[in-house]
Amino acid sequence: MDLEYGPEYQEFTKKVQSFCKQYEGLSFKDRANTPLVSSGGSGGPEMHRSEWQKILIENGYFARSVPKEYGGYGGEADIIKSRIIAAEFSKSKTPTPMGGQGIDMLVPTLLEMGTEEQKQAYIKPTLHGEMIWCQGYSEPNAGSDLASLQTKGELVGDEWVINGQKIWTSTAQYSQMCFCLVRTEPDAPKHAGISYLLIPMDTPGIEIRPLVDMTLKPGFNEVFFTDVKIPEGNIIGKRGEGWAVANATLGHERGSLAPPDATMNRVNMLIHLMKKETLDGKPLIEHPIYRDRLMQIQGKVLAQQSHALRLLSAKLNPGTDVKIGQMIQKLTGTELRHELEGLAIDVMGEIGTLYEDSPHLKNDGTWQFIYMYFLGLIIGGGTSQIQKNIIAERGLGMPKEPKIQGA
Amino acid sequence: MYFGLSEEQSFFKDNVKKYLEDNASLDQIRKIASNDETSIGKEIHQGFLNLGVNGLLIPEEFGGLGLDLLFAAVVSESLGTCVGPVPYIAPYVMAPTAIMAAGNQAQKENYLTKIASNEILVGVGFSEFIGSRNDAGLTFADGVLEGRAMFVMDAQVATHFLLADNLGQMFMMDAQASGLEIVSLTTIDKTRQYAEIICKDAPAELLELSGLSSDPISKSIDAGRIMLAADTLGASQAMIDQAVDYSKERKQFGRAIGSFQAVKHMCAEMVADLEPCYALVWHAAHCHDSSPDEAKLMACHAKAHVSEMGKGIAKKATEVHGGMGFTDLLGLHYWFKRIGVNRQMLGSPELVREEAMQSQL
Repeated sequence: MDLEYGPEYQEFTKKVQSFCKQYEGLSFKDRANTPLVSSGGSGGPEMHRSEWQKILIENGYFARSVPKEYGGYGGEADIIKSRIIAAEFSKSKTPTPMGGQGIDMLVPTLLEMGTEEQKQAYIKPTLHGEMIWCQGYSEPNAGSDLASLQTKGELVGDEWVINGQKIWTSTAQYSQMCFCLVRTEPDAPKHAGISYLLIPMDTPGIEIRPLVDMTLKPGFNEVFFTDVKIPEGNIIGKRGEGWAVANATLGHERGSLAPPDATMNRVNMLIHLMKKETLDGKPLIEHPIYRDRLMQIQGKVLAQQSHALRLLSAKLNPGTDVKIGQMIQKLTGTELRHELEGLAIDVMGEIGTLYEDSPHLKNDGTWQFIYMYFLGLIIGGGTSQIQKNIIAERGLGMPKEPKIQGA
Repeated sequence: MYFGLSEEQSFFKDNVKKYLEDNASLDQIRKIASNDETSIGKEIHQGFLNLGVNGLLIPEEFGGLGLDLLFAAVVSESLGTCVGPVPYIAPYVMAPTAIMAAGNQAQKENYLTKIASNEILVGVGFSEFIGSRNDAGLTFADGVLEGRAMFVMDAQVATHFLLADNLGQMFMMDAQASGLEIVSLTTIDKTRQYAEIICKDAPAELLELSGLSSDPISKSIDAGRIMLAADTLGASQAMIDQAVDYSKERKQFGRAIGSFQAVKHMCAEMVADLEPCYALVWHAAHCHDSSPDEAKLMACHAKAHVSEMGKGIAKKATEVHGGMGFTDLLGLHYWFKRIGVNRQMLGSPELVREEAMQSQL
């Protein structure tokens, strides 16, 4: 056990700290298009989000290991430096870089499997926040059973003609592009008939209908494709290989949904809230039952934080088997975050039901919002129940359900 | 940066496990549990000591191996895996930790050297410092102890006792001293022994520094709690492994029960609950030695959290076995009970979480 990063990283940590200090309180001229990205601070410099992305890239605090020619920083992949950057940003009041499905999922996929031309065309504007992507995976009849998707793509001349419907498409209304799973080989077995297509969202024939979720924000959309024509070359991988390409990106998503350090930041916010808020004039942190529940959650988050260190260490020291340890992350991370946000609501009692712009609202209503939002993340990206199937079948080697004919 | 067990620690852990699998099979444990043959327990204990367990934490200057608490934790994990019927946490972890922290030079030389050379075996009873049940408690004056100490660990095989009052003062006693009565307490877990010790004008020696501060006893209890967490970790993993294996073999409705989602999900939940516990226990053990600011918090959370996860796993793993899980024939209940006792000893989860809260206010 050696939890020191070594002297060569001390200098780096100081550099990151002084950068964060320089941009502390940075605020944005343009609004965020998803509620979970940094809303910016106050009292610091003001700029557009894409300018901030560029500054972060130039300094190597974002897109660190993406080659320069594609718009990245062009540094060596260094897991420890990435972790130091994340830790120092989360400690400071400096906004974090933009995320989103283009940055978190498409860019790694392109780097791994895209053609040179695709990398040149898409990675840079995506990293700069100038090209927003949405993910066209789920369909009304293809949720947990994603591979049964039916949106059709037919090659006519040198164009794909796409017809069908996608659902749960986050940020479609702001997106320039969609990475989309489409059935292009109708006669092949279900997993082998899918291709991974890149669709410009301004192509004629695309209709977007917002889908308001329980938070009362249009977090999702339905996207309808009617004779949508795109060039033949807008495909990652070969025809029929889309399932493998998509699985690579799902891996990226499952790890990044609920990092334990972010959850621990919320635990610390909750402790602060419980010291400040009162019941019958007494701070809530002095009420034994709430305090015990707080400690239960803190214990769980500490376990997940330690677990994350173990996984980090396994990346640095190849040969360590943490297969099951990785599989549990989406399940445990999202469930725990939901539980924690729910505890804050219980602690506030009636006050915890206030929403939107109500008087007496605490912490801008983030507890209420994230409590509901994380129920969405528990369901999305492979439900908790699907995660349990994966852990049992792929992790523990338990037998699959008998196949039903024709399914 | 490396987070995990060293090669030596993994090797030691496997060694202890292999020794117990070879020498303390479930058949042997059943005999010990039914009190039929007391000599079996002694033989297993002797072989266990031959691995070097008694001197694990004791500094080399006193004849020990001077290893860290993570080493001790992996031994505890293997004991949990095999429901090992040997004294461990009290005599070889808590007692040395307490004496190192609270003994004066003469006391350290005397007791640590004898523990390392296996001349003495120290039973430990700190329950009344954590929280007194049935009005038990000890008072010390003029070199003698009065009162009762409950749930003294490994008292039946001990040559010495290390007991504490409610202030955290710790006292060494010779088990043969006058004024001592040892009353065995039968718990659900027959793999380890507990007793009540009644002191009437019984001579005792104060560990010097424990008279000045409760830090030393607190440190020993932290170490004990991490060991109990590690024991539950090993026992829980063993229950999961047995449940998963059984689910692949047992057939109902024409298929292995492990192919039903109801069973799969129970197994996946057990794994998802337990997997982060490894890192938590290791991290707590590391902080105990290297990060005093976090040590208390980590030890408390390791004990409380692993106890909670273990309780759920003990129930679910039994349920996966159906009726067989409930029988004595299968013997799964030895692990169930081990986890149950670990949960209550040295502070139940609620008490320990309250300490965790106080450590950060």
